[in-house]
Amino acid sequence: MKIQEIFGMSLSSLAVNKLRSILTMSGITIGVFSVIGVMTTVSALRGSIESGLNILGSNAFQFQKFPSGFSSGGENRRKYQLRRNITLEQGQRYQRLMEGIAEVVSLELYDFTPAQAVYQNRKTTPDQTFGGGNQHYLAANQYAIETGRNFTEGDVELARPLCVIGQGVAKKLFPAETPIGKTIKVRGRAYMVIGLLAERGTSFGQSQDDIIIVPVSRFQMEFGNERQSLNIATQALSQEVYNETIDKAITAMRIARGLKPEDENDFELFSNESLIASFAKVADAVAAGSFVISGIALLAAGVGIMNIMLVSVTERTKEIGIRKSIGARKISILTQFLIEAVAISLAGGLVGILLGVAAGNGLAVWMKASIIFPWLWAAIGLLVCSGIGVGFGFYPAWKAASLDPIEALRYE
Amino acid sequence: MIEIEGVTKLYKMGSETIHALLGVALKIHRNEYLAIMGPSGSGKSTLMNMLGCLDTPTAGRYEFNGKHVAAMSDDELAEIRNREIGFVFQTFNLLPRSTALSNVELPLIYAGFSAQDRRARAIEALENVGLGNRMTHKPNELSGGQRQRVAIARALVNRPSIILADEPTGNLDSRTGVEIMELFEQLYDQGNTIIVVTHEEDIARHARRIVRLRDGLIESDRPAD
Repeated sequence: MKIQEIFGMSLSSLAVNKLRSILTMSGITIGVFSVIGVMTTVSALRGSIESGLNILGSNAFQFQKFPSGFSSGGENRRKYQLRRNITLEQGQRYQRLMEGIAEVVSLELYDFTPAQAVYQNRKTTPDQTFGGGNQHYLAANQYAIETGRNFTEGDVELARPLCVIGQGVAKKLFPAETPIGKTIKVRGRAYMVIGLLAERGTSFGQSQDDIIIVPVSRFQMEFGNERQSLNIATQALSQEVYNETIDKAITAMRIARGLKPEDENDFELFSNESLIASFAKVADAVAAGSFVISGIALLAAGVGIMNIMLVSVTERTKEIGIRKSIGARKISILTQFLIEAVAISLAGGLVGILLGVAAGNGLAVWMKASIIFPWLWAAIGLLVCSGIGVGFGFYPAWKAASLDPIEALRYE
Repeated sequence: MIEIEGVTKLYKMGSETIHALLGVALKIHRNEYLAIMGPSGSGKSTLMNMLGCLDTPTAGRYEFNGKHVAAMSDDELAEIRNREIGFVFQTFNLLPRSTALSNVELPLIYAGFSAQDRRARAIEALENVGLGNRMTHKPNELSGGQRQRVAIARALVNRPSIILADEPTGNLDSRTGVEIMELFEQLYDQGNTIIVVTHEEDIARHARRIVRLRDGLIESDRPAD
């Protein structure tokens, strides 16, 4: 009795009950799909982030009032809310203190609500990023000028009504002309376009080209309110002086904020490392959650397989009797039914892996991460599915193998 | 070839114990054609299951080609069934979704033959029973007589020591029944050992020796007229 013969028998009896086999499979598919999908997305994102997707730009770090959205739990929310805002004046003081230590110090103010830009009778969608920056905004945020020019120190000092716009804005407002020198309106205020940014594409599902930046001083003058707090991005001169620069920057920031030596820092420091670490923390939590959910789904699917195998054994009692009467050993019958259970489970797992990898990569691509195939997770998935097939298929198969041949033959 | 002595079989049915066989002794030699007769409840089915190694006796001795069957494990019994015994059932007992050829090949699969040898021997067996042109048909595409021929081909394909037929014509009309009995006659002439269990005198008359059972005991054992 050869194993491939038993394989043939198992597969042909699965083919007889196609719908039933597929339905039983689908439970496994769903369980595997969810965990593989999540793990693919997480791995792809993690890979992209760790392999140099610099959120802040290289050698850069950032001061903010609130900690990053990744890790801000509810428990400390109040503590952060009670902090004083970082004002433009504090930022400018910090900038002066950092002179000679770091060249790029970007002071940024954002509104919490997106905006709409208007030019004559043309409008953008009302979801443009709108904020204020200084002459270092572009460098700190990895934007480049395509045509026109960047803000000058003078533009920022004098709070001139100027703006630089992203490709998305330009395409909507100036489909057939140059935007440079034209005056657009945002929230009823007029700004002359002096620079057009080079295309950036999307990141984490958000277009980087739907953006309007005005001088930070102008922004404060026109839209300043008590809810706004300045973001300060600083770029160290090189990797070598990065940590040193951070130490100096914290001191500068404490001075700018007027903190006494015994006071705690009342601002948050972000670095690429801290963002990656907090992303990894979220990724781990998501992965753990998907493991629990998939585990439950797979357990339910395993019970489903056991159920359908028990039905199958009862239905095929006569067949088992016939096979035994012509000389099938216990192990042959056991193997035949076990292979059926494992085949259902593995086929379901395979489909789940393919769907999960496809969906996970789809999501990853949408978030601008590169495609990966999670070999390790796929292998673990198949291993777990085989385990489920054997684990939940064993009792029905053993029951089939232990049937009394005379009783089984008599069964109608 | 087959020798049983003092074989008893008890069944527990609820709180009652049923004495299906009460000490049966029987010797069957190679190339015998034997009919086992008896009314229902006489123990003939139990005896047949025992002879066919589907069951083991509660007490007594059963020797098959010199091997003691009574003490064998399930797997050893399976091997005896596979190599030494060819069953022919009243209800044919073919696998409904397999072709005639696959059905006949089945015992050879469990015997471990290669695909090539299997195919050749199964074709030969089907041709022997006159079904060379029906090999790819499934049981529901065959007449009752043809199905029984497939079953006989399956019984023969592994060249067993005995063919054990349980009411082989019970589900067939009398003309087809006669055809099947003629086929047994041919197999007997070719040197096969055949045991037919039946309650029909007409069928039993084909055999050379008739054993009659009653209430778990052999009532008579003599050559057919």
